[in-house]
Formats: sequence, C-alpha cells, structure tokens
Amino acid sequence: MEKFTTHTGIGVPLRRSNVDTDQIIPAVYLKRVTRSGFEDGLFAAWRNDETFVLNDPTFAAGSVLVAGPDFGTGSSREHAVWALMNYGFRVVISSRFADIFRGNSGKQGLLTAQCSQDDVELLWKLLENEPGTSVTVDLESRTVTAGDLVASFEVDDYTRWRLLEGLDDISLSLRHESDITVYEASRPAWKPTVTA
Amino acid sequence: MAGTLAEKVWEQHVVRRGEGEPDLLYIDLHLLHEVTSPQAFDGLRLAGRPVRRPDLTLATEDHNVPTTPGPITDPVSRTQVETLRRNCEEFGVTIYPMGDAEQGIVHVVGPQLGLTQPGATIVCGDSHTSTHGAFGALAFGIGTSEVEHVLATQTLPLKPFRTMAITVEGELAPGVTAKDVVLAVIAKIGTGGGQGYVLEYRGSAIRALSMEARMTVCNMSIEAGARAGMIAPDETTFEYLRGRDHAPTGADWDAAVEAWRELRSDDDAEFDAEVVLDAASLTPFVTWGTNPGQGSPLGEAVPDPEAMGDDNDKVAAQRALEYMGLTAGTPLRDIHVDTVFVGSCTNGRIEDLRAAAEVIKGRRVADGVRMLVVPGSARVRLQAEGEGLDRVFTEAGAEWRLPGCSMCLGMNPDQLAPGERSASTSNRNFEGRQGKGGRTHLVSPLVAAATAVRGTLSSPADLEPVRVEETV
Repeated sequence: MEKFTTHTGIGVPLRRSNVDTDQIIPAVYLKRVTRSGFEDGLFAAWRNDETFVLNDPTFAAGSVLVAGPDFGTGSSREHAVWALMNYGFRVVISSRFADIFRGNSGKQGLLTAQCSQDDVELLWKLLENEPGTSVTVDLESRTVTAGDLVASFEVDDYTRWRLLEGLDDISLSLRHESDITVYEASRPAWKPTVTA
Repeated sequence: MAGTLAEKVWEQHVVRRGEGEPDLLYIDLHLLHEVTSPQAFDGLRLAGRPVRRPDLTLATEDHNVPTTPGPITDPVSRTQVETLRRNCEEFGVTIYPMGDAEQGIVHVVGPQLGLTQPGATIVCGDSHTSTHGAFGALAFGIGTSEVEHVLATQTLPLKPFRTMAITVEGELAPGVTAKDVVLAVIAKIGTGGGQGYVLEYRGSAIRALSMEARMTVCNMSIEAGARAGMIAPDETTFEYLRGRDHAPTGADWDAAVEAWRELRSDDDAEFDAEVVLDAASLTPFVTWGTNPGQGSPLGEAVPDPEAMGDDNDKVAAQRALEYMGLTAGTPLRDIHVDTVFVGSCTNGRIEDLRAAAEVIKGRRVADGVRMLVVPGSARVRLQAEGEGLDRVFTEAGAEWRLPGCSMCLGMNPDQLAPGERSASTSNRNFEGRQGKGGRTHLVSPLVAAATAVRGTLSSPADLEPVRVEETV
C-alpha cells in the first residue's frame, strides 16, 4: 500500500446523505475479477444525469469527495473503494461513514476523513461558490484546508499509523503467527470443520 | 466482570491483544462466494501464501447464478463463477457449485449444514453475514482485503464494537412477522443508528421466534448500520442444530451445549445503548423510500417530506419519493406493483415459502403481476417440492425457480425493468438495486403473497376468504 501523508486536489461537493455502495457502484459492475477498471461503474446511475456533479468539467478531475452523512452504507463490496480510487479519489470527507466501507478504505489507502456536519456544510458552500477549489488533507495534523477554511477531522490512530507508514495488514498479522498456532491448539474439539 | 453476549464471544477469540493495537481475533468459519473473493485469491497468489485453514473455509455460488435451468449465459458472470471454482481447486477449499445438492445462498447454506453454531466467529465477504448471529455467533461482513487476510491468517485485526440492546417485549399479533419487527427497528433507529455497534435482540417476542425468523431479524442488522446482530442461544437454537450434518454428536454435543448455555448477556451487563419496542404495537411494515429506514406501517400513507424535522431526512425523502414515483399522502395500500419477489437470504428459507404458500393457496396472482419464488438453497427447494409448495405457487400463476440470490440484487437475469415496481422480501430498496430504474418496496413473505393476489401492497387480512367449492 502507498504511504499517505498529505493530499491536495480538487474538492467535489456531493450533497447527498445515505450514499450506499449500490449507488457508488451498482451490482452489474461487480463481475470483474481484477481490482482495476471499476471507474466506469462509479456512480453509474447518477452519471446519466447531466446535472450530476462529476459531469461538470470543473469537478471531473476531483480527488477529494465531500459527501453527506452515512456514506458507504449497505453492501460490503470493496469494489466501491476500488471504483472511487480507480476514478482518482484519494479522500472522502463525511460526518459519518458506514463501518465496513471505512474498514475497506483503510486497507486500500483511501482516507475516510470524518468532519463535523457543520464543516461539511461550509466545505459544500465553498466548493459550490468557487468550483475547482483545491482541498488539502493532512493526515499528520488531521486537518482539512480549503480557501480560508481549516477543519479538523477524525480518523482512528491505528488506521492513521498504517496509512502514514503504508503498511499492509496481512504481514503485520503474520508477525504473530506463533500466537495464532497457540490459539488453534486451545480450540475445543467439538468446533466444526467443513471437511469432517 | 459482567459482560454482554457479544463481549463474551469476542473474549473467547482473542489471539493477541497489544497496547494501542486492534485485537487479533480468531475466525471459526469463513464463507466465500464468487463476487468478493477473486481479488483476494489473487493477492494470495501474488504473495505466495496458502489458505491457512481450508477446513474452516467454505465456498458456494449464489450471486450470479441463473434461477432458470441451463448454464450462465453472461460471459462475465460465467468467468467470475469459473474463477471461484479454479481458486477453490488450487487452494483446496470446499465448494458447492451450481447444481450441487448443497448449493445455495451462502447465508442459508451455513445454518442448514449445522456449521453456524453458537459462540462462533463467522465472516464472509458479504454484509448479510449478520444472519448467522441468530445462533449467538458473532458474524459480520468483511471486504475483499479482509477476505484475503482471513484466508492467509484465519484471523482479523478488529477494534471492539460497542453494544446495543434491542428489546422487544410482548406478543406479536397474528400476521406480524420477524420481517416487520426488523423493518420497524430500522425505521426507529435509522440506517446509521447501529454504526459501530453489535445489536443484541432480546425480550419475550424475540425468544418466541423460530430459528429461521431469528435469522430474518439478524440478517437486516446491517441495514441499521450495525455490522452484526445477535440473539442468545436457547433451547430453540439447540433443537434446530441437533442432528445437523456438522453439529457435534455424543459427548461432544453435551460439551458444546454446556458451553453454549453460558452464552448470554449477564443480568447486570451494561450495554452502550438500549432501544425498546412493544411487540403488541407492531403491524405489517413496508418501505416507501430508497433506504431501508424509510418505512411505515402498511395501514399508513406515504409520508410528507415537508413534515420531517431533520433537513437531511427531508431532502432524502423528497429525492426518494421522486425516484419511487410516489406522492405524499397516498395510502400505502393503493400502491400498485408489477412484480413480487419471494426469496433472498432474508426470506428464502422453508418457513418463508410455507408462509407465502399458505396465503396464495387457492388464490391467483393478479393480472399483470409476475411473482417469482426463489428458494434460498437446493435443500430448501427440494424440501418445498416435497411439501407440494411448488405446485401451490405455480397453480396460482407464480414462477417457481432454482436457488440463488436472484432479484435481491439482480446480478443474474432476474431484474426489474426501469420504472417497474416490486414488493420484495429481500433486504435493500436502494435505487436500482433490483435493476436500473427499478422501484422496490421491502415486505414480509405474508405481505408479498397478499400483494401478489391484490396487485397492490396488502396484508393477508385484506384478502377475500378463499371460496371452497362444494362437492355435489
């Protein structure tokens, strides 16, 4: 995973709450067996609407998405994270994220920055009044800066450390393989297996 | 120290606990399907890692499979299914492919085989893994990176959840089902209300539910934002498990039951949040919007967004009514549907099919309405056919299909056309979930069957009695 320290890019205001992962990428786009190429399915239904924000050329190259509360609800599909990243997003800002989506993002290096809804509203106003405004997201100091606006965001310490270091979870867990083996020896004999 | 059910199961699975780190939890059962696993196996291959515990890993084909006889015609769907088969063969994982007697929706297969057991940790790259919590298991959906992690290590690094008690006391009225209970819970706490929590459903109304009904309740925990929902195991649980293929036997059974009896929240355990519902006040519940929290009792009307206090709710409701083609104030019972879908991991088990069949028996699906009945697994299908339910459905004019996820998410050919409206026993009414432009109302199997007969959202109580022909 690539290290994430700070990112600056065009902010995209998405004034919607409850953006579920079926909206981020509909099921018909989930059939690929790779992790790439999902950008064509990103917000597929909404992109048919010419007034949709990503159809505005000013925002088309955006990389910081500013969305309403409860972003990423529903299906566990990590394809939602791949679609956002394949498109070019590196950060999503929202006042509340669904748990599975936030976890998936952390594994892939997409930063989910949790700001207060008041700050999200200020960002929306700024990005709508001055389309194309750059937003800087600094993971070290946990701040979002856009124009004169400086807002702090929350991200859990462990995810922040992993993102800053660019560490992948599996190799971290495999450092404790002996603990896993010890645990396995202690499991009750009546626990089922698929093969027995 | 007093603990909740979720905390007890968690503690039993901690492999390692480090200062400032998530706990490393052991996973007892890992379920796989074709959609969320290919990139995980790819990751293993790239890193040269094996599957640590193929004996704790089980795959089934469900999301892409057609529900009519014959092979998969969409080449991309076929590739995904074939990729799963190749991966399972290469890594030594058991798979139940299309046509196999054990094939079915992953969350129907685990319980019916007896692999889903109290106190287990169960994961799957599928958010409806919460279903298995009905047995007192800690079961939750994971993303593909986590699927790879579990394949490689049989563990997951996790931060502890908070706990929420959902207490439903009293007796449900006739015609009010587990689906109505959980839709009412979601409407009450909202689609984000459960975020960060494990829900524990308790109270006399929950204890009175069958195992299959409990699975319906736990299944939809994710629609309230909670990764997992749980119900403490009891005699109902043990009776369901006894004698199943992978349930313990003999002295092992006794040891297991003894351990399972400990799996309940202590009387003085503290939950981080509590919600209470009165079972007797619940009535058949349906959704009118585009998220599962946008629901109302069937006897009410489409709500007026202007009357909503919260601005976000108001805007979301306005957008939902526009998408759904509904006007505020329309009685829900006046809403016409084109399609009725009975099936899915929420309501595709034998009791669900029996309930729908009981309503439709001797009646006809209304003109202009198509009704699809899709059993949750091959076993459910055979059992239903053994009971003659397939004939009840087909004689009423419904279609009896092969098992799979089907129209719940339309990855196979079972989809709504743009603008079509369904009454669906599935779990998500998101925009386009059942097909681009499709409009979904989530309902119980009883409401689904009654709606098929009348052509508008209905409960069995709305139906004319079946006329019994007199014999001469």
